[in-house]
Amino acid sequence: MTVHEPAPAQSAQMPSTMTYREAMREAIREAMQEDERVFIMGEDVADYGGTYAVTKGLHEEFGRDRVRNTPLSESGFVGAGIGAALGGMRPIVEIMTVNFSLLALDQIVNNAATLRHMSGGQLGVPLVVRLTTGAGRQLAAQHSHSLEAWYAHVPGIKVVAPATVTDARWMLRQALADPDPVIVFEHATLYNRREPVEPGPVDLVSAAIRRRGSDLTVVASAGLVHKAVEAADALSADGASIEVIDLRSLRPLDRPTLASSVARTHRALVVDEGWQSVGLAAEVAASITEDCFYGLDAPVRRLSSVDVPVPYPKHLEEAAIPTVEDIAGAAREMLAEGGTDG
Amino acid sequence: MSKSERSLLKDMIRIRTLEERCAELYGQTKIRGFLHLYIGEEAIAAGALPQLRDDDNVLGTYREHGHALVRGVTARSIMAEMYGKAAGCSGGRGGSMHLFDADRHFYGGNAIVGGHLPLAVGLAMADQMQNRDRVTACFFGEGAMAEGEFHESMNLAALWDLPVIFCCENNLYAMGTSLESSESETDLALKASSYNMPAWRIDGMDVEAVAAGMERAVTTSRSGGGPVFLEFKTYRFRAHSMFDPDLYRDPSEIEEWKSRDPITSYASVLTERGSLSQADEEALWAQAQEEVDDAVAFAEEAEWESPATLTDHVYGPAPTRPGDDAKGEPILDPDDWAGDGIASNREVTA
Repeated sequence: MTVHEPAPAQSAQMPSTMTYREAMREAIREAMQEDERVFIMGEDVADYGGTYAVTKGLHEEFGRDRVRNTPLSESGFVGAGIGAALGGMRPIVEIMTVNFSLLALDQIVNNAATLRHMSGGQLGVPLVVRLTTGAGRQLAAQHSHSLEAWYAHVPGIKVVAPATVTDARWMLRQALADPDPVIVFEHATLYNRREPVEPGPVDLVSAAIRRRGSDLTVVASAGLVHKAVEAADALSADGASIEVIDLRSLRPLDRPTLASSVARTHRALVVDEGWQSVGLAAEVAASITEDCFYGLDAPVRRLSSVDVPVPYPKHLEEAAIPTVEDIAGAAREMLAEGGTDG
Repeated sequence: MSKSERSLLKDMIRIRTLEERCAELYGQTKIRGFLHLYIGEEAIAAGALPQLRDDDNVLGTYREHGHALVRGVTARSIMAEMYGKAAGCSGGRGGSMHLFDADRHFYGGNAIVGGHLPLAVGLAMADQMQNRDRVTACFFGEGAMAEGEFHESMNLAALWDLPVIFCCENNLYAMGTSLESSESETDLALKASSYNMPAWRIDGMDVEAVAAGMERAVTTSRSGGGPVFLEFKTYRFRAHSMFDPDLYRDPSEIEEWKSRDPITSYASVLTERGSLSQADEEALWAQAQEEVDDAVAFAEEAEWESPATLTDHVYGPAPTRPGDDAKGEPILDPDDWAGDGIASNREVTA
């Protein structure tokens, strides 16, 4: 199992930095340059440049057939992406937000995920769907939800959530190489994040340890990875050593990496921006409990978004989703719980 | 009897014979799940599909046994699929509603009403973007026209001039709901024409009319004329599925349509033309019976798939390791993956 070590703090040759948005754009550009079967379509991906400006300028380079604006027909154009994949293309479909993707849920769940099995292995759907997820921009209850778990529930598709600029730069390449539908969740608060880009390639299946620690494992994905690292850094002042795992892949889950981490730390806190009830954190927590039960010093704990539609005012939105303080607080409580340091 | 007359009649008889046997086998619990019979509507599949090339794409609904058969999927593999056997055309995973045959560009067997229309749009996009002059024929019932996916697909196909032939089989009932109680505009061709594409009404009980209309649509679409909508007026003689007690239709209405049976009507036409003798017709029924007997024997003998293979075909072959897709090389290994999005691992239907 590959574990991605954090980049050395003092690298002899500092890799170039770019933003998450630029990394994603560069990944799309590279894919389109290398393979003429690759094209991108979605609402306002051309002249407007993409709702989050990811595809800005690409239509000038590749033309309007390959950077194709669609009408507001999520089910129609996601289904068209599935059909185009069946027809030998390698489509990237952009959906503005996960909330809007529900209009295409029929296509993703009933077609993309089932066609290979239902046809006895004759067909495959090599489709990449990119969509934004997450709260933090005061966009209220129809633009802010984290519904990754809905997709991660479904066999036949793969679900990834790049949290770092390096993953934003390289995951798309591997997603396009995959013979099955890959859903790429991009947390909307990450687009302006600027980081050094490590060389690719990267895989789509392994979790990454973003921060080493020995007292407690915090499992996170996407935007929460950075909050978890921040919380861990804050706790180190108190002498606590926190490990942070970035799931990267939400389906499949990299259970061996989770288990080997928790086997060392004996405590696991799972943070998730989705709702707690029947959520991603529940799945991760159950997996850890199954794999590590006898090595745990404390019950596995979940810290998810509050079960409420995300509200508009900033203070209420912050109250609804896990914050750095929430993560640090939960970790502190767990470290105070019984058991030994293993 | 000219060759085309003979094959039109023959295909209708083949479908009818296959499906009447399916109904019997359902009663014997050999076939389970839902079984939707096409009996009464055979002229559409028999007339339309022969107008396509082998490399054109075809998508059907859950009432697709006839389309599969006329498209060239063997009666053996269709019957084995309905039995749920590994030798079925979908490896036994699909059943009656999900017949697939990638080699024949037969993309189901789709059971979400309207859900396959966007796929037809995408298949046509792939052809257009790769400069192939294929057309995509998408069959659906009139019930699909109340779905949003119908409207989104019609709009996209017209907007992008895609070679899709939307083949609406209007049998007047969406399960038990009549056209009048589900559509504000019951003139379906008129409704479709608002998408700025040709929309033609065709008598779906007249196999030669179907063939002529489809031929014209294929010519239009293949020569760059964009999408075409065809409304085939038809009627199913049986209930919606084997579970349906058929309480919503007046028996006299059913009898009236049965008097227009596409097979007997066409046989009469050919007899009047002097191109069909009674012996000819009897021979066609006998051949169809033989074909179906053989298919049933094959399905009875065929093997079940081992439960050990249960989770096969959920995901495709694992992609090559990261980095194997060296710059300049195709992202996917062509040995693992045919250029058509069709996996080469067809062992289950070999």
